[in-house]
Amino acid sequence: MNRTRLVLGVFLAFILTAPLVLPEFHVTLLNYIGLYSIVALGLVLLTGVGGLTSFGQAAFVGMGAYATAYLSTVHGWSPWVTLLIGLALTFAVSLFLGFITLRLSGHYLPLGTIAWGISLYFLFGNMTFLGGYTGISSLPPINFFGLTLDSGREFNYLIWAFALLALLSMNNLLDSRSGRAIRALKGGGLMAESFGVDTARMKIIIFVHAALLASLSGWLYAHLLRFVNPTPFSINSGIEYLFMAVVGGAASVWGAVVGAGILTILKQWLQNILPKLLGQSGNFEMIVFGVLLVLLLQRAREGIMPLAVRFFPAPKKLLAPVSQVLQRRIRPAAGEALLDVIGARKAFGGLVAVNDLSFTMRSGEILGLIGPNGAGKSTVFNLITGVLPASGGEVHFRGERIDRLSARAIIPRGLARTFQQVHLLPTMSVLENVAIGAHLRGRKGVVSAALRLERAEEATLLAEAAQQLERVGLGASMHEQAGSLALGQQRILEIARALCADPVLLLLDEPAAGLRYQEKRALAELLRGLKAEGMSILLVEHDMEFVMQLVDRLVVMDFGEKLAEGLPREIQTNPAVLEAYLGSVN
Amino acid sequence: MNTEIALFLIQDGLTNGAIYALLALALVLVFAVTRVIFIPQGEFVAYGALTLASLQLGKLPGTAWLLLGAGLAVAAVELVQALRVRALRRIPAIILKFIIVPVFLVGLVWWAAPQKPALTLQIVLALALIVPLGPMVYRLAYQPLANASVLVLLIVSVALHFAMTGLGLVFFGAEGSRTPPFSDAQWKLGVLTISGQSLWVVGASLALIAALLLFFEHTIYGKALRATAINRVGARLVGVSPAMAGKLSFTLAALIGALSGILIAPITTIYYDSGFLVGLKGFVGAIVGGLLSYPLAAAGAVLVGMLEAYASFWASAYKEVIVFTLIIPVLVWRSLTTHHIEEDEE
Repeated sequence: MNRTRLVLGVFLAFILTAPLVLPEFHVTLLNYIGLYSIVALGLVLLTGVGGLTSFGQAAFVGMGAYATAYLSTVHGWSPWVTLLIGLALTFAVSLFLGFITLRLSGHYLPLGTIAWGISLYFLFGNMTFLGGYTGISSLPPINFFGLTLDSGREFNYLIWAFALLALLSMNNLLDSRSGRAIRALKGGGLMAESFGVDTARMKIIIFVHAALLASLSGWLYAHLLRFVNPTPFSINSGIEYLFMAVVGGAASVWGAVVGAGILTILKQWLQNILPKLLGQSGNFEMIVFGVLLVLLLQRAREGIMPLAVRFFPAPKKLLAPVSQVLQRRIRPAAGEALLDVIGARKAFGGLVAVNDLSFTMRSGEILGLIGPNGAGKSTVFNLITGVLPASGGEVHFRGERIDRLSARAIIPRGLARTFQQVHLLPTMSVLENVAIGAHLRGRKGVVSAALRLERAEEATLLAEAAQQLERVGLGASMHEQAGSLALGQQRILEIARALCADPVLLLLDEPAAGLRYQEKRALAELLRGLKAEGMSILLVEHDMEFVMQLVDRLVVMDFGEKLAEGLPREIQTNPAVLEAYLGSVN
Repeated sequence: MNTEIALFLIQDGLTNGAIYALLALALVLVFAVTRVIFIPQGEFVAYGALTLASLQLGKLPGTAWLLLGAGLAVAAVELVQALRVRALRRIPAIILKFIIVPVFLVGLVWWAAPQKPALTLQIVLALALIVPLGPMVYRLAYQPLANASVLVLLIVSVALHFAMTGLGLVFFGAEGSRTPPFSDAQWKLGVLTISGQSLWVVGASLALIAALLLFFEHTIYGKALRATAINRVGARLVGVSPAMAGKLSFTLAALIGALSGILIAPITTIYYDSGFLVGLKGFVGAIVGGLLSYPLAAAGAVLVGMLEAYASFWASAYKEVIVFTLIIPVLVWRSLTTHHIEEDEE
């Protein structure tokens, strides 16, 4: 039995027996920790994993609480029905808020949630049908298959059952195709888009998910106390929820429980001693919380979970047996026209980076795009891959015009790329990083991931990733963290990730930059092998020696224009090229 | 509603709007220079108002202790750093700036406060206690995180808001304060009565905006701040230290915050936690300007003031709801008009 299971077992046993043996006061604390954990879990996903933030979670808690308080008292509806209504309401509101803020820069969401948290608090307090600041009392208890949960001890089981389900489903979600896309949001947005992840949609999904968890917690809270008023849904509570998520950290979903536990107990303790110390009453724990959080962000930004996780090494993930293989794209015959760049032009303000560039590429060839620094090679690359919109001209791929498409729309057509500066997720395993490349070859979404209904598909995706890693010779490092690889291996990893997308054309942006001699030789070997298997490769490169021995044809650029085009040995003797590289002789 | 009320509400809205405009400008400035979304700006408003109120009662304001404490903390951080890099020559300057000067300022206030000096002097004393807190807060909370993402800096801001609100409660208690107006004068203009205090607020705000404009256009430090706002790396290459730019922008923000508090204190009762909402209304204004444009931010802030004035007439219970919900149509409009490509952070 490994350590993780042991600790989980002890925790479960504690949750099961605690309500029976602990004094009332401690059971109440445990109840609150459970309620807060559910909200904090949403924020671990949103802030810790996804890199977004909300200070308005308390308002969503309030929505869940007030929906059930109003409907179950005034209309006498069953709490189980009002739970669904509360969730539906929260879903609609969070979807709308997410939609309007998530398309803007990252800081509009938190600012929007502060404003929204404040207005909802005052709305609760001023609506007469919601009882104003006095609130709504005498909520019915929850009836669970004939069992009436009307004491804190019994309710404890309900709270923790929901909390554990939420934790489990979140853990499942993060370990899936959608989970990888979510984990790429923070620091890998451009890369994820280039492999077909709709990052805007993913952001909305995690925001709505976090809001729904908050709403669930509000429903539980309302029926635990059987009374609601606006106070616990103020913006200050929203801020405290965020503190919990930050204190716990995102290294594990259990960070939510740890953060909620620490802050709840600390708050209780501070509320006891600080007023005595200062000789007046008030929420002085705010001072300690604020200072602690600043120190935490300065010293240990990832929260305290990374320290804890170290004692629980993740078991080596075994690849599940696969019943089917992924379908492969129908490949064009060798020599068929593949890529057509016609008069492409890109201007940044007054600077024309690419001017009227045309070239053609046929299936099965390795074409090198070379030129001195600043010649516009990477800009051409970004025009073809949809990262930058062209200012003029056209790009066609297999007869279809693609220069107006976004990066996300280009990848399914069979063009996959690597990045000049490696874009990978350093804390994820090599295998998972590569599996992102296969994102579009899976279909299953967030719900089936949370419920583990996508295991067969997940296994085929991981098997594909593993196969591509073997193909490029990185099979042995599959389970290591991507960040621990040497730069050369990271570049190879990027190629494996691109191969995972089953491309027809592989676009490599300076793959040899920063590699040592041996690594360059291995890379050239790999690319020759790929070509032998029928892959077409467009190579932007700086390193002459590397390019000359590898490519079939070359396009040379200088000052944004095409200087020459031809076979490597023609280019080597071309006077214009020599002048551009070495300077004029006269 | 008759013309008289309508005009009165306009006056009210303009007065509050002028304050929000000042705050919005400070927020845009701090964001542009340091990428910090400066939520604790509101606490400077409350501290300014309540410090002046304490001085008017002839008491030593609690913020004096905060100045001493923050000074000692900065001195400690700076001394540790100086010792670590063995720059012993810096030590006298550190002790002078962060220990002797705060002690002197507190001593001055301690001596002057019971004698209840003239209002102008009280304002100067209040500013002397509050404004140095701005750069000190930057040094302690933000400077160690200068390269962190906007998001991390925002969470720091909120944490700081929490701590400073709690400290406000310790220093000033839960009771609110209102200071006597700068001027009791009233003028009749047709049906409208103009109060001297409104003129003071609007006039002082305009004067401050003009001063800021001159500062940015004609002084080397103003130009350094503008350079940092436009291109942080470029400014650094030509010798503008980011730490200096940060401290300077926080000094200006603290000055604007404290002055706003002093101006608003005779109009509305200020509690230890009132600053948050006041500051956020400045924010709503700044967001109208996309946190980038100074004139748009100021215009947005005046709009917030107007909306608030009319909301408090038509539906006073829902005043805050209406003001803060304004942000939603603004965000809808911005998200429809901006085509933003998210750059990767961290």
